Amino acid sequence: MLAFLPLYQQAILSLAAMILFTSFVLLAQNGVLAIIHVFAWQGLLVAVTTAFVAFDSGAGHLYFSALMTITLKVIFIPWLLHRLVRRLGIDRETHSVERPARVLMSAAALVVFCYYVAQPIQQYSAALTRNTIAISMSVVMLGMLMLITRRKAVSQVIGFMSLENGLFFAAVSATHGMPMFVELGIAFDVLVAAVIFGVFFFHIRDSIDSLDVGQLNRLAERDE
Amino acid sequence: MTALWFTLLIPFSSSVLLGLFGQHPAARRFNFQAAAAAFAASVWLAWTVLQNGPIGGSSDSAGSQFYIDSFNVYLIVLTAFVGASTALFSQPYMARELAAGHVTEKRLRLYHASYQGFLFTMQLALSTNNLGVLWVAMEGATLATVLLVSLYRTPQAIEAAWKYFIICGVGIALALFGTVLLYFAAAQVIPDPEQALLWSELARHSAELKPVVLAIAFVFLLVGYGTKVGLVPMHSWLPDAHSEGPTPMSAVLSGLLLNVALYALVRLKILTDGSLAAHPDAHDPHLAGYLMMGFGLLSFIVAGLFLHRQRDIKRLYSYSSIEHMGLMTFAFGLGGPLATFAALLHMTVHSLTKSAIFITVGHAAHIAGTQAMSNIRGLIRTQPAVGWGLLIGTVAISGFPPFGVFVSEFLLLTATIHSQPWFALPLLLGLGIAFAGLFRHLHPIVYGEQPEGQEGVAVNMWPVAVHLVLVLWLGLAIPGFLAHWFDQATILISGQGVL
Repeated sequence: MLAFLPLYQQAILSLAAMILFTSFVLLAQNGVLAIIHVFAWQGLLVAVTTAFVAFDSGAGHLYFSALMTITLKVIFIPWLLHRLVRRLGIDRETHSVERPARVLMSAAALVVFCYYVAQPIQQYSAALTRNTIAISMSVVMLGMLMLITRRKAVSQVIGFMSLENGLFFAAVSATHGMPMFVELGIAFDVLVAAVIFGVFFFHIRDSIDSLDVGQLNRLAERDE
Repeated sequence: MTALWFTLLIPFSSSVLLGLFGQHPAARRFNFQAAAAAFAASVWLAWTVLQNGPIGGSSDSAGSQFYIDSFNVYLIVLTAFVGASTALFSQPYMARELAAGHVTEKRLRLYHASYQGFLFTMQLALSTNNLGVLWVAMEGATLATVLLVSLYRTPQAIEAAWKYFIICGVGIALALFGTVLLYFAAAQVIPDPEQALLWSELARHSAELKPVVLAIAFVFLLVGYGTKVGLVPMHSWLPDAHSEGPTPMSAVLSGLLLNVALYALVRLKILTDGSLAAHPDAHDPHLAGYLMMGFGLLSFIVAGLFLHRQRDIKRLYSYSSIEHMGLMTFAFGLGGPLATFAALLHMTVHSLTKSAIFITVGHAAHIAGTQAMSNIRGLIRTQPAVGWGLLIGTVAISGFPPFGVFVSEFLLLTATIHSQPWFALPLLLGLGIAFAGLFRHLHPIVYGEQPEGQEGVAVNMWPVAVHLVLVLWLGLAIPGFLAHWFDQATILISGQGVL
């Protein structure tokens, strides 16, 4: 059935599948630098998909969105994280995943769940983007899963930013992007968030001598 | 329109100015002056709306990006007012923190710039007509306040800020997903993409929006903005952020941020209701209302129980905020004119009372030198103004007559008994639990034996007095123009008025 689609649409669907794949890779990856690199690849795939959607649908402003994604998610944020990780001296560190089999199985279950939730929505969308809504929702959910399962600040930030990739991809695939100035506002928020995250790395390290945010548990409600 | 520009641009430009010159000694005074000027502008705006009706929301491109109607105009004034009175309190408070060495001049610059930046995002979120901009402003509010939560750089403050950032960041991301779905539904009805996220346009076409898409979108939006409202179980950031940040921040977070997030939720509920009511076969038309009732009641009960086991005075009152936000969410979910009117009134009185309480708590913590309730004792003897302020504030927030909180809670209870009688039981029970939770801690704090050598500090109780007098006034008689706005907003939300 896919073979009947025009070539560009086939390409978009394959790219969407690869974006979902990078989300799985992020979940299972151990090395700090490797996580950052996979995140950059995911950003690049999202940008290329956006460019394809722009070409296919004739929505010119999406080229600009693609360019913005490349600048922000492929170049700036990975560069910033790279620099921070090296300055904090944790670039050789590995963030081992606890119970990787269980995490990946639940990730797969989440993808199935997202397809189920997106079912009623997809009947209204154009043929081109029918699968991509469920995929973007899955990327969002997998980003959340990564946030939950990781204990190190850097991996949590990557999980957060990958979630943001999923949102952007959702906007591109469902509606050919948001209105321009909304998109600019979102990009600005992401930029500021990235910088503040960087500031926080130093604060956290100064306060607990590591970036293991699992140790941040002084404020939890507990019985004495 | 001019008044609106002033309301938005004064906080924005002062934020930039304070970011550049914030270490100047006059910055603390300037912070208050700017907030007061913004309040004056908002009153002017309210006056214009009162005279000429809603501003903006027209189809032409210039006037369409903002929309001021009866629902948000009083919230804009309230936000500017609480912002100004808290800035007045923050002046001596931050001076004392500086003298005590808790903050440096450089961090005060950050503090003042963020304070004004936060006020700007709140006003932008309230006045915009574009749901995308609303999202950007809500996320901006998190970004503006997150570094304030960690201002003292203690391990606890860092932890609170990190939690706040991550939980609210993820929450608000889900709200963006909901907004994308909403835009997706709108794009099929409203051909012009620039118009498809405008609330006034969406409200006009809400009956044509696809109900299945809207229902899923609303779930995402409820969880997303609900995180910022502080609904259980997404509430865990709230007590941490409120207790570890500087007290003026706790006052504006509790008094303003939670309100604005709830406001966003109600705007979106109107759209969802409109769509579901037009297609009763797709979903239960009250789906959005039931969801809000469930989350609201859960927050109300859980927060009331948590009140009993608190040891930190600011955490105590932040749980009380969760409880009241739950009550309002429940009321909006219940729907119907009376419950909606009660919820609108409750938003106003809770915001005024809670910010007054946090200001008093800030003074109390300075007197005792700690936030641990076991060490705050005998306030009424050490400094009667602070002791009485805390006592009256807590009496008001617990819903005693003749204060405004009593009126709104009474109206809500009446509406509940009218439409869903069984829910009156958990409501009454929850009010009782919360009352006991607050007063068991409050009694020794106010009347207990005062520790030796405890001395009063220089305080400015004017903001507290003005807030509490306003709450008392709203409890005795709601001024005509305000009642008119409440009624108009009630008609907008529930379809019919009460007056």
